[in-house]
Amino acid sequence: MPRSALTGTRIRERRTMIGMRQADLARLAGISPSYLNLIEHNRRRIGGKLLVELARNLGVEASALTEGAAAALIETLREAAAGHDEAEADLPRLEEFAGRFPGWAGLIADRHRRVRELERTVEMLTDRMTHDPFLSASLHEVISAVTAIRSTAAILADTEDIDPDWQRRFHRNLSDDSRRLAEGAQALVAYLDEGTEDPGVQSSPQEEVEAFLRARDWHLPELERSLPPDPARIVAEARELTSGPARELALAHLKRYRRDAELMPLQRFSEAARGAALDPGALAQAFGVDPGAAFRRLAALPEDRAGGPVGLVACDGSGTLTFRKPVEGFSLPRFGAACPLWPLYQALSRPMAPVRAVVELGGATPQRFLTYAICQPVLAAGFDGPQVLEAAMLILPEGTVALPRMAAQPVGTSCRICPRRGCVARREPSILANGF
Amino acid sequence: MDKRVLLIEDEPNIIEAIRFILARDGWRVDTHADGTTAFDRVAETRPDIVILDVMLPGRSGFDILRDIRADAGLGALPVLMLTAKGQVKDRDLAERMGASRFMAKPFSNTEVLASVRELTGA
Repeated sequence: MPRSALTGTRIRERRTMIGMRQADLARLAGISPSYLNLIEHNRRRIGGKLLVELARNLGVEASALTEGAAAALIETLREAAAGHDEAEADLPRLEEFAGRFPGWAGLIADRHRRVRELERTVEMLTDRMTHDPFLSASLHEVISAVTAIRSTAAILADTEDIDPDWQRRFHRNLSDDSRRLAEGAQALVAYLDEGTEDPGVQSSPQEEVEAFLRARDWHLPELERSLPPDPARIVAEARELTSGPARELALAHLKRYRRDAELMPLQRFSEAARGAALDPGALAQAFGVDPGAAFRRLAALPEDRAGGPVGLVACDGSGTLTFRKPVEGFSLPRFGAACPLWPLYQALSRPMAPVRAVVELGGATPQRFLTYAICQPVLAAGFDGPQVLEAAMLILPEGTVALPRMAAQPVGTSCRICPRRGCVARREPSILANGF
Repeated sequence: MDKRVLLIEDEPNIIEAIRFILARDGWRVDTHADGTTAFDRVAETRPDIVILDVMLPGRSGFDILRDIRADAGLGALPVLMLTAKGQVKDRDLAERMGASRFMAKPFSNTEVLASVRELTGA
């Protein structure tokens, strides 16, 4: 999200790069050198006319001074501060901190991300221990064998006048049960060994697939060709996909990608897309596909063909995000639930009804996006099966398409880091003390 | 007259061991291995005590316990629950549902014998 964050640092960098003195820039912009000094050290927020004036004198666009990776850093730091009283008290000085100590800020952000990953791993392992049917069955088998052995052995040891027939029987039982115990224990060890070698516990399968797609800019030229390679081969050769479940997810994605590519050939689709100003409804009709397929195809276009970045997010019937292709300024939460006001969820509550809305993300510089959303049944188990729904939302930034004239719906990313105080859909308090 | 135990358990070797130690102590031991028909067997044999495993094929020991406690004629029957999961959760559930005693596997023979005697006042 473009913010004034770290703008000061950029101004200073640009000024020293072109060899201009602070006093000179201050004079040109009509402010005092000491005020410019405060701005450059991120101790004063800056925007509007003054920013434009400084940018002009530095020979750059104003946006070059405000946009960039800094915003993502600030978001991560905000998340890291969540629930930490002292850090929350210091939130108003967050931008100043990140600007003055970029190295330390980066370290905190990296540590925070790592902690989240590890928490996730612990969660998965706990889940696995509690709900794993194999583990549960093996343990039951072992305990049953041990119980029989303990009881039988005690009988043999403690009964002095035991009948020889019974004795033989118990010896045989002991032998059977000890074999069963050994097999059960071996199976357990083998299972747990396999678990430690599974690199999939490092991150979720979904994240692996996202890393794989991100590395290819979400576009796979090899699947656009008329004789494409087998998707299974692409998956097998991908270094990012280490776990079995991730490879399975990726394979399903690639197969769907290929089907979409066949129905909507790249050249024809990109021309039609530009012609229709990326309207997925018009494209779906033109290519005889469902709107969801048009969403996916638009999100898989290279940026130069789409006219700018295109974001896509999908969820299942529980609202859990199942696919995330973020765009700058519209961050998609990695864990937990997103903003309930997203058109994605409005669509989820009304299957098959298309939703088109302009949304505005909160922040110092509110940013607007055109979104299209729709929820469709997957019919995975046919008409009689349980109804499986999939909702998707296409996210088009203002630079990619012209926004239609319509009132913008205020939305956020997730309640915890959302500054909108009076929001009717809020489910938990924000960690941002005063909002904006 | 002999006192009677009904042992509801599906592991043959555990059945054999428990049957042996109780029989030597003068008990008549009936056994039943299937969860779905276990309650009918209890109603039919009317034992002095039931030893009931939690994990049974067909139906859980907890369900069978619930039926026993809900039955007017059987409600006061002593029930000793056996389980392979000694978890607090299972123990609490067994207590709430009215198990007379709860024993985690692997148990000791003397413990089982002592419990059976105690619960029946033998």
